[in-house]
Amino acid sequence: MEAISSDTLIASNTPKPISGSLQDKDLEGTHLQGLSARSLKAKRLTTVYVYEAPVRLWHWVSALCILILCITGYLIASPPASVTGSPSEHYQMGWIRYLHFATAWVFAIAFLGRCIWAFMGNAYSREIFYIPFWRSSYWKGLWDTILVYAFLRRDEQKFVGHNPLAVTAMFFCFTLTTIFMIFTGFALYSEGTGPGSWEAKIFGWVIPLLGGPLETHYLHHWGMWVLILFIMIHVYTVVREDIMSPQSLISAMTNGYRFFRDDQPDE
Amino acid sequence: MAHTETFYDVMRRQGITRRSFIKYCSLTATALGLGPEFVPQIVHAMETKPRLPVLWLHGLECTCCSESFIRSSHPLAKDVILSMISLDYDDLLMAPAGYQAEAIIGEVMQKYNGNYILAVEGNPPLNEDGMYCIIGGKPFVEQLRKAASAAKAVIAWGSCASHGCVQAARPNPTRATPIDKVILDKPIIKVPGCPPIAEVMTGVITYMLTFDRMPSLDRQGRPIMFYSQRIHDKCYRRAHFDAGQYVEAFDDEGARKGYCLYKMGCKGPTTYNACSTVRWNDGVSFPIQSGHGCLGCSEEGFWDKGSWYARLQHVDGFGIEASADKVGAITAGIVGAGLAAHAAVSALQRIRRKGDDR
Ligand code: HEM
Ligand code: HEM
Ligand code: SF4
Repeated sequence: MEAISSDTLIASNTPKPISGSLQDKDLEGTHLQGLSARSLKAKRLTTVYVYEAPVRLWHWVSALCILILCITGYLIASPPASVTGSPSEHYQMGWIRYLHFATAWVFAIAFLGRCIWAFMGNAYSREIFYIPFWRSSYWKGLWDTILVYAFLRRDEQKFVGHNPLAVTAMFFCFTLTTIFMIFTGFALYSEGTGPGSWEAKIFGWVIPLLGGPLETHYLHHWGMWVLILFIMIHVYTVVREDIMSPQSLISAMTNGYRFFRDDQPDE
Repeated sequence: MAHTETFYDVMRRQGITRRSFIKYCSLTATALGLGPEFVPQIVHAMETKPRLPVLWLHGLECTCCSESFIRSSHPLAKDVILSMISLDYDDLLMAPAGYQAEAIIGEVMQKYNGNYILAVEGNPPLNEDGMYCIIGGKPFVEQLRKAASAAKAVIAWGSCASHGCVQAARPNPTRATPIDKVILDKPIIKVPGCPPIAEVMTGVITYMLTFDRMPSLDRQGRPIMFYSQRIHDKCYRRAHFDAGQYVEAFDDEGARKGYCLYKMGCKGPTTYNACSTVRWNDGVSFPIQSGHGCLGCSEEGFWDKGSWYARLQHVDGFGIEASADKVGAITAGIVGAGLAAHAAVSALQRIRRKGDDR
């Protein structure tokens, strides 16, 4: 989230900005040595390794899990038209629920792993877990990003991690919602495993707190819609920023590297 | 000496044979989920323990709990327990009336101070100083507080006493209040249901009388032995649920074949009670067996949780009866349109700026 400036780059142990047009000396010692840099008309870019492998793996595993959880969850609430024949020949709802629960386990364990990684990973592995409330650069960046999205400001801001608007959306709409879904989900799951089960011991208190089993179902269902809206906006903004902002985004979540199109200071 | 009479004495006095008595003890052990090795223990307790008196109060309610109770499927259980109770106070069933009746409460409180069970059916309305329910010329809430003050434990019979039930449904004009909000210093056992199942009621009392302790309770204060599973967990239509076979309308083929009532708004998956195992009226049937979804009557606030005939519905604050999915889909549509518009403006801006830059 930090706006790119030489001190944050140094702080995160990454080299000073080096982008600009490619010089002959840049090619020394590479397989391009001997070529004339000018004739290549190429650009040299600053690139930062932002999202380490565990974060990227977790991101795509979670995205897949959420897709499956939304589909199966929707079908649990609104089952498809009845199948015909003897009930012993079918297990349709059984499989839908099984898939939901199995995926839920993967999703929950992956999230737990992601939380642990926040303590082990680089500075950008912690961004989605808190709002830097006392940092004035956060509020300024948030305002600036809102202006960019309202077309009232040009898109010249650079961020190594997420921009402050993304941090806000991810913290509230993703991280908190995910925690909520895992707690309500396991609380509902404990209704099946019974009062003595560890699920009931750890998560059972959620149900009376929310007002009862029916409310817990409702709120778990609402949580799905919060995530769906988040994902719609998330995917849109990722693609938009990848095209329009001064940095790349999609590569940051595939190979981990984010490059910057120039090293001009922010306006 | 009347107060050292044991349960067994009472039963014999009522003309119950020893053979029937032993049968009753075995049945009770089964109903409480105890193994056969507990039968002698129950027999012993019944033969030796002095009878524990029960005061049974009625507040704002419809007496359906009492109606259910006196229909306990095993007649013996009913006789035994009723004989123990009617000796003390139950203004619905006892012979005395008026001052004579009210005097009994004082007597029991004195004689069995800290040693009787208070069973409460219905709840006290608190608005207008409790004037919406007057017993013996005084607000019920006063009688309730008084009788509870010297009780050993309190049983909240039914959804009224446990959760408030219909008289506490929105907007609750009389401010009918569950008894655990009024009695704060006594252990309370909640036996919700509208009404609770007769065998559950007799089972709870028998457990307390024979073992001389409270049954273990869940987080919401309900006896685990009867309220630890949902209707859905033991429903005989569960095979149809898992298979994906649902009643889609009350007069369709599925309804005739006894498919699962999930899509008809059955609240079995969110309701803790023993209906699907114990059933009603000597095990004759229960709502789902007669083709109607569970209403969730033993769950808190079941009157205010939207339609009984739909699963996901009624979102307050959206004017019309909207479901979570409808609201969600409409919001997603609006957001989607917004994103498309934003994308279009972004593209235009980019084209224009490219022009500027050149
Ligand atoms: C279920 C769907 C998805 C969910 C829940 C989701 C969630 C997230 C979250 C929580 C982050 C922050 C990661 C972190 O800082 O640890 C993130 C980042 C990212 N996601 Fe997704 N994502 C989803 C789908 C996608 C898809 C389909 C794409 C591809 C277009 C995508 C591309 C990205 C990118 C590029 C980032 C890095 C953003 C940045 O550089 O600031 N995501 N996503
Ligand atoms: C992204 C996360 C998730 C989404 C979108 C999701 C979605 C849903 C939805 C829409 C329902 C139907 C609710 C209803 O209307 O009754 C549901 C039910 C349920 N979910 Fe999830 N869920 C998620 C995560 C989890 C997790 C982590 C668990 C943990 C085990 C879980 C366990 C359950 C259970 C037990 C049910 C109830 C099934 C039943 O009533 O038969 N869910 N989920
Ligand atoms: S009828 Fe109701 S309780 Fe029975 S399986 Fe269907 S949803 Fe569950």
